Amino acid sequence: MSSRREKAAELRRLMETDGEAVGEHTRTVNQLSDYAITQFEDYEACREAARGIKERAIENLPELIDTVQEAVEANGGQVHIAQTAADANRIVESIMDARDAEKLVKSKSMTTEEIEVNDHLEDAGYEVRETDLGEFVIQVADEAPSHLIGPAMHKSPEDIAALFNREFDLDEELTGDPHQLTEFARERVGAHIRDADVGMTGANFVVAESGTLMLVTNEGNARKTAVTPDTHIAVTGVEKLVPSLADLQPFTELISRTGTGQDITSYVSLLTPPVDTPVPDFEADEFGDADDREFHLVLLDNGRMGMREDEDLRETLYCIRCGACSNTCANFQSVGGHAFGGDTYTGGIGTGWEAGVHSLDSAGEMNDLCTGCSRCVPKCPVKIDIPWVNTVVRDRVNRSGDADDFDFLVEGLTPDEEPAGLDLQKRFFGNVETFAKVGSLAPELANAVAQSRPGGWLLERVAGVDSRRDLPELATETLREWYGARGSQVTDAERDVVLYPDLYTDYFDPERGKAAVRVLEALDVRVHIPEVPESGRAPLSQGMIETAREQARAVHGSLVDHIDRGRDVVVVEPSDAAMFREDYSHLLPEQSHERLAEHSYEILEYVYGLLDNGADADALAAGDGASVAYHSHCQQRTLGLAEYTEEVLDDAGFDVRTSDVECCGMAGSFGYKSEYYEVSVDVGDHLRDDLGDVDGERLVASGTSCQEQLGVLYERDTPHPVELLSPR
Amino acid sequence: MSTDLLSTFESSLAGVATAHTTTAAAFAETLTGIVEAPALGTPLPYDGVTLDDTGVETEFSPSDLEAASTGVTAASVGIADYGTVTIPSGSAGEELVSLYTPTHVAVVAASDVVAGMPEAYDRLGEEFEAGRDTQILATGASATADMGTLVQGVHGPHETHVVILEDR
Ligand code: SF4
Repeated sequence: MSSRREKAAELRRLMETDGEAVGEHTRTVNQLSDYAITQFEDYEACREAARGIKERAIENLPELIDTVQEAVEANGGQVHIAQTAADANRIVESIMDARDAEKLVKSKSMTTEEIEVNDHLEDAGYEVRETDLGEFVIQVADEAPSHLIGPAMHKSPEDIAALFNREFDLDEELTGDPHQLTEFARERVGAHIRDADVGMTGANFVVAESGTLMLVTNEGNARKTAVTPDTHIAVTGVEKLVPSLADLQPFTELISRTGTGQDITSYVSLLTPPVDTPVPDFEADEFGDADDREFHLVLLDNGRMGMREDEDLRETLYCIRCGACSNTCANFQSVGGHAFGGDTYTGGIGTGWEAGVHSLDSAGEMNDLCTGCSRCVPKCPVKIDIPWVNTVVRDRVNRSGDADDFDFLVEGLTPDEEPAGLDLQKRFFGNVETFAKVGSLAPELANAVAQSRPGGWLLERVAGVDSRRDLPELATETLREWYGARGSQVTDAERDVVLYPDLYTDYFDPERGKAAVRVLEALDVRVHIPEVPESGRAPLSQGMIETAREQARAVHGSLVDHIDRGRDVVVVEPSDAAMFREDYSHLLPEQSHERLAEHSYEILEYVYGLLDNGADADALAAGDGASVAYHSHCQQRTLGLAEYTEEVLDDAGFDVRTSDVECCGMAGSFGYKSEYYEVSVDVGDHLRDDLGDVDGERLVASGTSCQEQLGVLYERDTPHPVELLSPR
Repeated sequence: MSTDLLSTFESSLAGVATAHTTTAAAFAETLTGIVEAPALGTPLPYDGVTLDDTGVETEFSPSDLEAASTGVTAASVGIADYGTVTIPSGSAGEELVSLYTPTHVAVVAASDVVAGMPEAYDRLGEEFEAGRDTQILATGASATADMGTLVQGVHGPHETHVVILEDR
């Protein structure tokens, strides 16, 4: 409990110090990158190619390591394989020693952050200078980078000016003018590069066949670092190897589009060291012979070969560290990488990296900040299923926990496969269905208890449910009870469908379910609402994969019979539609998943299809030009389903406008958890800024959590869009 | 060399560098109009095109490099879709000249301009085979946004020019 409070306090502090600069930067870059992608016709083809190259490269990694070793040696360089961070540091130090070097300059590289080479070399008496201006700022401030590609993103120009004024003995104080700051840092860094003995870079890619490094930069410091001193050390993870030069092409076109929103960065350097460039000796004012150049490639394992063997973490190795998943993440936008980060890596894919190269503890620190909203998925240039990686890591973190005192309260609520020590908060949210079922036996009583002070206290104490959020109220009659009593009202049905009674629609908000039934019936569709278990979304978000899998099996078992009878499955809750379409691929046998995915539709996607096939739109309620502010659901957007709702509302005569922000920040249980409550409020604020004033408009949202969040933000009821179309 | 390709290249360059289209015969005159002294350069591989009589020095020391205002080097491929040129490194110090001087001028033959990145990589494959296996895909000036807004001319040039030799 106290750790929950500490976590909340830490997040609050970081939102204050880093939040504004990170938010401004990530949102801007995310928009630029959206635009750059829409302008790029070959985006999907390039992503396919990029993913294929990475899959094959990781598959053939041992051979590629042999190949690159031969190539680099043939070029006159040396390859060193480092099993651990300590090995890598030892290797680097021995190179420094053999060259009688005193000073090393570095260009930006996450891999060298991972091994903490600066600390190691400085402890051994060497001078180490960062040359990327962002890294330079971080080094001066003695902080950790807050973003994969924008290490000092959390600092405003004013912060940087204050830092420089404090740390350097300046004749004249610097202001927050970015040009002046850049010039100042450029001069300092330039002098270091000119008199360094060794230059260290990372590598975005390494071509095994030729020993060529690809370095992607805008500043040019990586080039200077690599070619100015006579010794170049490149430290890079083994996963950066690709077979041939031609394999770099899709990555050249993708990496900056997703990462910074540029078509291409200023420099994509293809260096095959040791390079032929003569060595400038600025002090003696003469050029040395290029033959004196030395090149060392340090290939780091540090857990990567293990990740390669790990079915679920392997994908993480495909990551090209573009940072897009961080920029696109609403929670990252609010808290930044110092909160959404582990020992080294930050953001969406950071937990996969941390779990692979450091520890589950480091991954666990940040893992809960991924709510599985999936907005990063279409942005990832190598198509990594980042939410799934996070779910797997969460499951492992759950399993590594100790049994705690309150276990007796929830014994029996989860399958045996779930670990006994599972965090109670996760159990509570992962088993919402049980609570809803029990509660709905006496809904008024259950609501009264949940809202009472002792009830609220118990929920907060035991399950970490923030008392500042109102839990949704159970309806007095479930959707299935209502429909059971009413029955189908279509006599001459064109089609039969199953309306999936998701947990929320069934127990808490039957009105949106009723509207869905009425809309479908108005279009001559007979509706069936069988008893089907919760989709498994709730346990999945808590990282309870086995529980989710059991539920997925049960859901499939009950729905497949209907599908066999020619009925499609229509889903009101977008996160459950995403469950059937996407997430079940991880939980069910391939054929079962495909069958269900093929036959399930989000409600307005289905209505769109009916209208498109000639159903009579006049049977639905008419908009008559009424103005509607619509917030679609994150998973719905990722799946490309949001457009259907907009189209249908538009066709029905509503005047629709939408929000562009990534997520409402509730993501189901997220905003109820006391440690994250304030983050959810902050993310919600951006939704309100984006959507603006909604007076005189209908306000609708497709997802449960979005409805809840908007309900709080605007202090008004936020129905599902299907409710606008209901004929009665 | 199709004129379409060239005009795509020129319009892509418009956002990132200043484009100059010229011929071998008019090269010296075009270049003199661009360079600001002191200027350094590395030998150009195009028939009938040299840096002689342009005021661009091809012999230089590290201090000359630091003092130079302009650097002139050859580009092996132009990429129309991006306004990118590839700069091969070599023993004449091409990498240093193109990187250390505040203004960089890349000279490319119109016949070396290709449509997009796949074509460019085909060409780079040939170049690498021929031993020119260090090349920089350079697009515009060096830049950073680390200090809060986009600033050009960080560790590399803050101004770039591309001279396209139409008859080469
Ligand atoms: S996971 Fe994908 S989006 Fe995220 S940094 Fe890696 S490559 Fe980029």
